[in-house]
Amino acid sequence: MAENTLYNKVWNAHNVGTLPTGQNQILIGLHLVHEVTSPQAFDALRETGLKVAFPDRTFATCDHIIPTASLERPFADSQAEQMMEALEKNTEDFGVPLYDPPTGKQGIVHMVGPELGLTQPGMTVACGDSHTSTHGAFGTLAFGIGTSQVRDVLATGCLTMDELKVRRIEVNGTLADEVTPKDVILYIINRLGVRGGLGYAYEYAGEVFDEMTMEGRMTVCNMSIEGGARIGYVNPDETTYEYIKGREYAPPEDEWEKALAWWKTLPSGEDAVYDDVVVFNAADISPMVTWGITPAQSVAVDENLPRLDEAEGDLKKSYEEAYAHMKLTPGQKAVDLPVQVAFIGSCTNGRISDLRAAARVLKGKKIHPSVRGIVVPGSIPVRIQAMKEGLDRIFEDAGFEWRQAGCSMCLAMNPDKLQGDEISASSSNRNFIGRQGSPTGRTLLMSPAMVAAAAIAGHVQDIREINS
Amino acid sequence: MNDKSITTLKGTGVSVPGNDIDTDRIIPARFLKEITFARMGEYPFFDERFTQEGGKKDHPFNAPERQNASFLIANDNFGCGSSREHAPQALFRWGIKVVLAESLAEIFAGNCAMIGLAAVTLSPGDIHEIQKAVDDDSSLELTLDLKTKKVSCGGREYGIEIPESRRKALVEGTWDSTALLLSRLDKARATAEALPYMNQFNSL
Ligand code: SF4
Repeated sequence: MAENTLYNKVWNAHNVGTLPTGQNQILIGLHLVHEVTSPQAFDALRETGLKVAFPDRTFATCDHIIPTASLERPFADSQAEQMMEALEKNTEDFGVPLYDPPTGKQGIVHMVGPELGLTQPGMTVACGDSHTSTHGAFGTLAFGIGTSQVRDVLATGCLTMDELKVRRIEVNGTLADEVTPKDVILYIINRLGVRGGLGYAYEYAGEVFDEMTMEGRMTVCNMSIEGGARIGYVNPDETTYEYIKGREYAPPEDEWEKALAWWKTLPSGEDAVYDDVVVFNAADISPMVTWGITPAQSVAVDENLPRLDEAEGDLKKSYEEAYAHMKLTPGQKAVDLPVQVAFIGSCTNGRISDLRAAARVLKGKKIHPSVRGIVVPGSIPVRIQAMKEGLDRIFEDAGFEWRQAGCSMCLAMNPDKLQGDEISASSSNRNFIGRQGSPTGRTLLMSPAMVAAAAIAGHVQDIREINS
Repeated sequence: MNDKSITTLKGTGVSVPGNDIDTDRIIPARFLKEITFARMGEYPFFDERFTQEGGKKDHPFNAPERQNASFLIANDNFGCGSSREHAPQALFRWGIKVVLAESLAEIFAGNCAMIGLAAVTLSPGDIHEIQKAVDDDSSLELTLDLKTKKVSCGGREYGIEIPESRRKALVEGTWDSTALLLSRLDKARATAEALPYMNQFNSL
């Protein structure tokens, strides 16, 4: 097993003890709650007369079902309204702060935590959502959990867990122009596969991550789960501390130096032992685009889709299944992939840097007449910042709709959905069958700038040719 | 051992072949808008079982002879993707008590354990053999024995893998972990007090 990694240090600090089954009782330092996976958990507490054990470590927001066209209440969708009311009642009854739209701080749960300064190095974080791995960007262990586990964390502040193995993924060198964190993680998943991370925590390290912004690190850690790893993290450094400083829940000034002193003990040591180490070269990474139905089915944008005769056995079967759903032609050029819908948003790429990158491509341009596009900022603070910078105007002038904050077409629990077999260029994280709301809908994952470029052309474009 | 103890399970099987079957496929997101799990049993694999007009498609979960199946036999990375517990809830409430797979996604396996659904893995070769046997004979009885860590069917026995702690939790009936964790809340509070970020960083 790994030793002296950040994973080990944080795990040990939160390990309450070993249970009779041999599992560990792990204390959760930050519990983030949203409307979809919590109602049954709160009901379970009510039925058994339990309270929230650590209400001051528990925070809620709403994101999945929020309509992004209008926030007017009651929501047009009665199920969404009911779910929202349940969240309001539950957080009220159990004394959990709720960051809903009127607070001006609402957003996708994985954006709200970092924006408020709640997410800090050395914490364990849990949330009833698989992209909780995002918070690993701060050097936390951040676990996506199911509703029964949400119940456990609410009632006891703890989870029963087994220790993971740790794989260090180093990416060294310098990324080429126009190669973004999204491309880095799509590349890693392409190389290690969607099952490669089963049983592992991913530690992202090397020059590329040392140089990367916090927003970029969040994009990468976010998609750890797409690579099969339940958690991913980056060791905290000056970039991390700088991001946290001054935020609402950041350690106040008189605690700051002490906090820093502790945080600096957390990164994996020089003598750390890993269960596995993988090294990639930044120069090998190009802008990426997925063509299939798993996030590993991707190619560099200047390549061709795989031919069926290049694969055999299970791989061939999965290609056949992907092509049957995607209605694409094996061997065709990635830049010829058609696009009818463009979605910019999600907890992967709904941050201000993402909107800036997309706006830079769209400025003074129009999207293709046959493309419908929506921009959904990940949170209200991002939305406000973007409007201050005039990005909303750029998007609207180009023909995009400018929306309220939420998950939106990342998973289509609100009215934003693909229709029929529409094919979307999406800055989100999952291209699973049916993910964007239509059972026959098709999704191409790429960076926000590439989504913008595809929207203009009506097909996938190599961003390097546009921005050069 | 208590009344939640799960040691031996018997039943017939249904195989859902394919790798990387994600939880969006097991239960599409629109069914997550319900605030209870009560009706989840109606939805497993919904979009693969029904056309948009409501017609039945050809799917193992629609086959009349599979309606009483309680063993689901799956392939690699079953349950990947979203953490929605609605996925194991949907399978469980439809009637699945055991998942046999080549491999299981982490969060999905944990969610299964939390609701007392026995999810275990077997070698690809064994899974293929069991899938074939089950496909050939819908009345074939399978037995999972968590004590001996074996699955038997058609006169053959296969070894299973399951993390020892999960196996114990099922066998000892402690998979519903709230009570256990509650009984140790004082210990959790002690751990919390020692954590720098919970005590104004005074414990350094
Ligand atoms: S944006 Fe998408 S992936 Fe992120 S929390 Fe929302 S639904 Fe999940």
